[in-house]
Amino acid sequence: MSVLVGKDTRLLVQGMGKHGTFHAIGCKEYGTHVVGGVTPGKGGSKVEGFPIFDSVEHAVRKTGANVSVIFVPPPGAADAIMEAADAGIPLVVCITEGIPTLDMVKAAAFLKNRATRLIGPNCPGIISPAEKCKVGIMPGHIHKGGPVGVVSRSGTLTYEAVGQLTALGIGQSTCIGIGGDPIIGTNHTDALELFGRDRGTKAIVMIGEIGGTAEEEAAAYVKKNVKKPVIGFIAGQTAPPGRRMGHAGAIIAGGKGTAEEKMKAMKAAGIQVVRSPADIGAAVAKVLKK
Amino acid sequence: MKIHEYQGKAVLSSFGVPVPKGKVAYTVDEAVEAGKELGFPVVVKAQIHAGGRGKGGGVKLAKSADECEEIAKAILGMTLKTHQTGPEGRVVRRLLIEQGVDLEGSKEMYLAVVLDRASGSPVVMASAQGGVDIEEVAAHDPGAILKERVNPAVGFQAFQARKLAFGLRLHPTLLGRTVTFMQNLYRAFEATDAALLEINPFLMLKDGTLIALDAKVSFDDNALYRHPDLKELRDLDEEDPLEVEASKFSLNYIKLEGGNVGCMVNGAGLAMATMDIIKLAGGNPANFLDVGGGANAEQIRNAFRILLADKEVKAVLINIFGGILRCDVLAEGVIAAVRDLNVKVPVVIRMKGNNEARGKEMLRDSGLNFSTADDMKEAARRVVAAAGSAAMAGAQ
Repeated sequence: MSVLVGKDTRLLVQGMGKHGTFHAIGCKEYGTHVVGGVTPGKGGSKVEGFPIFDSVEHAVRKTGANVSVIFVPPPGAADAIMEAADAGIPLVVCITEGIPTLDMVKAAAFLKNRATRLIGPNCPGIISPAEKCKVGIMPGHIHKGGPVGVVSRSGTLTYEAVGQLTALGIGQSTCIGIGGDPIIGTNHTDALELFGRDRGTKAIVMIGEIGGTAEEEAAAYVKKNVKKPVIGFIAGQTAPPGRRMGHAGAIIAGGKGTAEEKMKAMKAAGIQVVRSPADIGAAVAKVLKK
Repeated sequence: MKIHEYQGKAVLSSFGVPVPKGKVAYTVDEAVEAGKELGFPVVVKAQIHAGGRGKGGGVKLAKSADECEEIAKAILGMTLKTHQTGPEGRVVRRLLIEQGVDLEGSKEMYLAVVLDRASGSPVVMASAQGGVDIEEVAAHDPGAILKERVNPAVGFQAFQARKLAFGLRLHPTLLGRTVTFMQNLYRAFEATDAALLEINPFLMLKDGTLIALDAKVSFDDNALYRHPDLKELRDLDEEDPLEVEASKFSLNYIKLEGGNVGCMVNGAGLAMATMDIIKLAGGNPANFLDVGGGANAEQIRNAFRILLADKEVKAVLINIFGGILRCDVLAEGVIAAVRDLNVKVPVVIRMKGNNEARGKEMLRDSGLNFSTADDMKEAARRVVAAAGSAAMAGAQ
């Protein structure tokens, strides 16, 4: 079992440049059903065997695409998100890093009363290993199908956690990279809600980082609604205040958004918080044995 | 990207936000000249990218040309320490000479536009408690901060500005100019892709004039590509030279105080987690460094150069979770960089990706001061031990 993506996913790639094409091939090789790509002005051509369309709307009509993944460069990325939503695609995954914040403010407002769910931007994407479906840039081979849902704001740190799980023989239902930007579509709470409902998910790994209050809100949600064990880690325990740690959203501002505060809120909600990023896998193994 | 107060005021003024008349001065002569032009008294304000300048002695009133000269001499070139600069302080290279404002009978308030992450929209904030640290107001009396969320489709509306004006207990006769002031401020926020516009104090003079007495302005780095004019306002003197150097090579480097273990990691989250685990292993991380997705030989060479410019670094941890990255290629890059730059400090490498075994073999056979680790915990333990013994050897 999995959430959001799986056997029924028909993936469309927006932005079939060098980067987009490379990862379209990667997704296809992993087993994802990639139905085509969108590059305005190149409709009717083919790239690496993928049919190219001029617009998302046209692509949806021709291919029945139900998930799109965006590799469009920052100046056009918010536009690409809105185009996908307008075409009625239910799940849009935006990989692009560096989208202007005010563009995302508009895109988020555009999505508000629509059925489209956005993941990202500035994220590695989403993968359901047991169903051989990868929508994103993560290395597929480190994953393995199984009972653990993973949600994280970071890319390589998610790979680290997944690598630990797989090395211990523990598989994943779905891994969702929600992205490191201040404005994102799906947040920790949304992902926890999905994993909470998914019958294939027995435990949840939640990886957060400094900045904002999304982890605190997720903790409050867990306390009220999630019966499954949740294991948490917060990156940036040693980060100085006022400095942006790589991710646009990773900043302790006005004394808010510290790792300590987040870990405290998570512990109070019954989440098993590990201090060391090396202990994530072992902590999951422990709760699954119970 | 942060800019100076005088630059921020010029930007705001271009959107119709009233600010005191002022001029920037790089020298004492320019300061005196500006004072004469504006007419005394003037306020001499140190321009650095940090708050708390007044308390630190960087803001002084000059009643005459002689006083202006004396003050400018004292402030220009001084190392100004405030609660935001850290103990090392910041050298003052520019002054803002500004027309004195009669504070008699005035009211000091607070006004800002920021992004509210939770709602995903900009928010205009106001408080009757101006001229003080707003973070303290937020901590002790959060109710004293009024907030109006902006609907991005329609912008900041007049009724919202009126709500804030009433909340600030401004006289009803001032409603019109308050609305104009606040709406112009919001226009500036949107048009410049600002990350923060903060006016503290937001001043109402005795005669009812509203004016931005201070201005803290920063822009969204991701949007600078569409504002070449604003990009010009960057002042590299205000940034850490190593961080500036790193940014030229698409490396994201931040120096940390008091660290002795340098680290080089791909990805921001993993880079933070690597800092954390170094600390947990009993060491102190010297930096945050995200080499990005590529991690090619050139990137690694530049990363080493920047890391080792910090003389406190006694050992280096390289933590690369590549996935599809080839570890033999990475190893080749590390070996070449260490040879070329004659790196003396011990280097611990933890890498995950294709051809891992071959990569490790290459490092081992290089005859250089490398050690490898299979996981983060082991890598952290080794690098902290190496830094400790390197420090001891140095002391002997």
